[in-house]
Amino acid sequence: MARNISYQQAIGEALAQEMERDETVILMGEDVAGGAGSPGEDDAWGGVLGVTKGLYGKFGDRVMDTPITESAFIGAAVGAATSGLRPVAELMFIDFMGVCFDQMFNQAAKFRYMFGGNAETPVVIRTMYGAGFRAAAQHSQCLYPVFTHIPGLKVVTPSTPYDAKGLLIQSIRDNDPVIFCEHKALYTLEGDVPEEAYAIPFGEANVTREGDDVTIVTLGRMLHVAHEAADALAKEKISCEVVDLRTTSPMDTDTIIESVENTGRLVVLDESHPRCSIATDVSAIVAQEAFGALKAPIRMVTAPHVPVPFAENLEDLYIPDAGQVQQAVRTVMGKD
Amino acid sequence: MSDSIRAICMPKWGLSMKEGTVAGWLMDEGDEISSGDEVMDVDTEKISSAVEVSESGILRRQIASEGDTLSVGDLLGVLADEATPDADIDAFVTEFQANYVPPADDEEDGGAATETVDVDGRSIRYLLRGEGGVPIILVHGFGGDLNNWLFNHEALAATRAVYALDLPGHGASSKDVGEGGVAALAAVVSGFMAALGIDKAHLVGHSLGGAIALSVALDNADKVASLTLIGSAGLGADIDGDYLQGFIAAERRKDLKPHVEKLFSDPALVTRQLINDLLAFKRIDGVQAALETIMAAFAPGGSQALVLRDRIGDVAGPVLAIWGSGDRIVPASHAEGLPGNVRVEVMAGQGHMVQMEAASEVNRLIDELIG
Amino acid sequence: MPLSKDELLKAYRMMKTIREFEERLHVEFATGEIPGFVHLYAGEEASATGFCMHLDDRDKIASNHRGHGHSIGKGCDVDAMMAEIYGRGNGLCGGKGGSMHIADLSKGMMGANGIVGGGSPLACGAALAAKQLGTGGVAISFFGDGASNQGTSMESLNLASVWNLPCIFVVENNGYAEATSSKYSVACDDAADRASAFNMPGVVVDGHDFFAVYEAAGEAVKRAREGKGPTLIECKLNRYYGHFEGDAQTYRGKDEVKNLRATIDCLDRFRAKVTSADLLSEAELDVIDGEVAALIDGSVEKAKAAPMPAPAELLTDVYISY
Repeated sequence: MARNISYQQAIGEALAQEMERDETVILMGEDVAGGAGSPGEDDAWGGVLGVTKGLYGKFGDRVMDTPITESAFIGAAVGAATSGLRPVAELMFIDFMGVCFDQMFNQAAKFRYMFGGNAETPVVIRTMYGAGFRAAAQHSQCLYPVFTHIPGLKVVTPSTPYDAKGLLIQSIRDNDPVIFCEHKALYTLEGDVPEEAYAIPFGEANVTREGDDVTIVTLGRMLHVAHEAADALAKEKISCEVVDLRTTSPMDTDTIIESVENTGRLVVLDESHPRCSIATDVSAIVAQEAFGALKAPIRMVTAPHVPVPFAENLEDLYIPDAGQVQQAVRTVMGKD
Repeated sequence: MSDSIRAICMPKWGLSMKEGTVAGWLMDEGDEISSGDEVMDVDTEKISSAVEVSESGILRRQIASEGDTLSVGDLLGVLADEATPDADIDAFVTEFQANYVPPADDEEDGGAATETVDVDGRSIRYLLRGEGGVPIILVHGFGGDLNNWLFNHEALAATRAVYALDLPGHGASSKDVGEGGVAALAAVVSGFMAALGIDKAHLVGHSLGGAIALSVALDNADKVASLTLIGSAGLGADIDGDYLQGFIAAERRKDLKPHVEKLFSDPALVTRQLINDLLAFKRIDGVQAALETIMAAFAPGGSQALVLRDRIGDVAGPVLAIWGSGDRIVPASHAEGLPGNVRVEVMAGQGHMVQMEAASEVNRLIDELIG
Repeated sequence: MPLSKDELLKAYRMMKTIREFEERLHVEFATGEIPGFVHLYAGEEASATGFCMHLDDRDKIASNHRGHGHSIGKGCDVDAMMAEIYGRGNGLCGGKGGSMHIADLSKGMMGANGIVGGGSPLACGAALAAKQLGTGGVAISFFGDGASNQGTSMESLNLASVWNLPCIFVVENNGYAEATSSKYSVACDDAADRASAFNMPGVVVDGHDFFAVYEAAGEAVKRAREGKGPTLIECKLNRYYGHFEGDAQTYRGKDEVKNLRATIDCLDRFRAKVTSADLLSEAELDVIDGEVAALIDGSVEKAKAAPMPAPAELLTDVYISY
């Protein structure tokens, strides 16, 4: 039965249920227990924001604190995945991919192809992304487009507690490497989540709002910005359809195109940078596959091509907001 | 102010409805309305249906307009007798709007109204509405849940207690379906009655739920006051096995939608949200296995294993069989040639989900049967 | 524990197969028929063999770009390896990996690796899996003196020690990281010196001496299987060819390789030792030489005759499901 729980609780519950169900599922990362070798509590932290709190108590040495050596433990998770375990490794901030990217994109992503189909690497790398925490340039990025670029990786960007649980369970059960991206500003978001375990298949976008005039394709935290904009635009009698990608690799292009063919207009909303991003990717796909359906040029609403700033006013300016989305929608409607 | 003034409000259909959008009025201002008449079409994110009034009078005022999205309980229109002055109606509207508080989002917990009961080790979820009298128990079909009765439950509960339950393997009940056949599920319904201390009930079953209700009635003559079978299984071997198999196998929206459309006479009723809700159910661990087990016992190879047609004459109380003439899952031909104790109503043009698509007529027939 | 006659024959066959495989690749590469980069292991055979002789199906190895020897040692099929190096559809990796990515996970060979230092974290993972699943298996990471300086190597040594993993780190120090001398690029005297910083045994062994390697490897494997944790072993050895085929090796001394071949060839040393001790006869070893030559001849012939991968293979094997 469904209850109202947070995004963070939904993730913790997915981990607990899968660890309960399958003893080859293990968890590793910096401070995922947060007390190894210390005189105080064994699971003092449960992850830097407490997402994995309580799992050490339930699963003991299957929840492993690591040294702050991302290359070694992300690589170890990858190696263990080829050797009979289903590791879930936590890369604390997606920004830290810089120190372990080789293990993700040259190792995990490549094994199956480069070994001629004779490899299975069921590893999940959970990682926190996104701006809004005044955490500045090295703790706030939206780097999922980088992973989306790499064949061999699957990339998941849940926007709600329901999706977070179902997509994480699918990630753990999936036999390919999965980068599971959690927006830090969504951890406290609450929503209905079934108590039971359930898996949401990858590559199925979710039309979270139906509309006739404009399609807004978005993902992650920006879904909620899109809804805020759509609510406001409804008062101007502009009807927006909102498509939440849920996974960027695989990407459900059918649903995007189907929606654009109905509305004839597209705004893509992505918290990432504007170049080589999900916004450009979706725009290019629609331009190539559904150009004939377009009644107006596509608009992209993204963060600017700058690092994430620290000062509150600058960071607020950096993050795409509902006003920008409304303006983009009015533009494609010819009402600006 | 005249006490003949009645508000027509946005109804709450099912557990999770928060708001509805007015699709259009079916009655004009000044029209005479009788209890049970449909006055307005409303779309919700899950489904579209008509607003039925339970009072009589003249439609004196249309408050909501086409395209308005209004919360549950919001004022749609006003009924009153001819003699009521316009000023009184204006005053009523003003007072209603001043006092109306839309339901808060956070108290809109889908599960809050339901309860669970342990039946022989299985947790069974149910929703009780109304009170008193000999209760009705609503039993949904294969792949359904207690929300299948969203247009019937409240209406039938006006004068008595009405229970709608989730069968094992469905809704929020335990996923353990045992052997999974009609007899096993009938035992759960009997156990449900025992667990809640229901000595006697009117059973209403849809599809597989009909076969289950019939089975309960045959085995417990003293506990069943009447029996209503809607698009019911159990009266012949035919059933659309492709539907059952397709419903089980479909993992994604695109695959599931064509199967679910077979259930309705109007495929437009199959909203995105309806499909999403079904997918959310099907994706829960254990559901797939439960449905497969039920299918294997209930309709192995796509044909019903248990046909109780020859025994329906033995049912003690009154029996009503309702069918949509265009039912694509269980053919309406199963309604033909039933013994004289069965009142048969075949609704022209309706499909398998007749209790949803022709809710007021189905509700009326059940009320008539029960008396 | 002394090696049985069968084990000695097996070890010799392994070393000889590696040598013959590499010598033949050197010849065939020069004809232009082999695409891409090929890094030869000739001269280093005692190292792969000394370790792999201790391993069984439970055990896994992570290798590097110079990985043919490790692959043969861990039991990869020689014909399939040769076909892979020729980029053929029937290659061990379907022609999609090539020399630098030979792998056979079913044999515990986790892959040659094109990224210097890429393998040690993976070996830690394999060791972790063995530990968690209680298989009794061990994992070995083979890497060079160049990779020994990589952050991944240091991080892996640390992690293996912190988690007490059944993992063995083998630095095959052939004196050159590409063209740069290890005397220049490795800050400590011996790469094995670093072991003490990670609280594990560090052992330096003569990598031309199969028996020395075998003994050091045996201790490390035993220690790992007994749950006593990781070991770092540095095999001092030499490669007979350049960093890659086509390398003019102008950084090497005059006659350096010629002298090495003449004085410290691991195969010659093995032969001398077993025959002088009457453990094996020259004739027995000659039989193996003949069999191995035929094996490699056959593998080259078959590889050249094998079809290229079907064009449709371009798009397969990226995901298990997508």
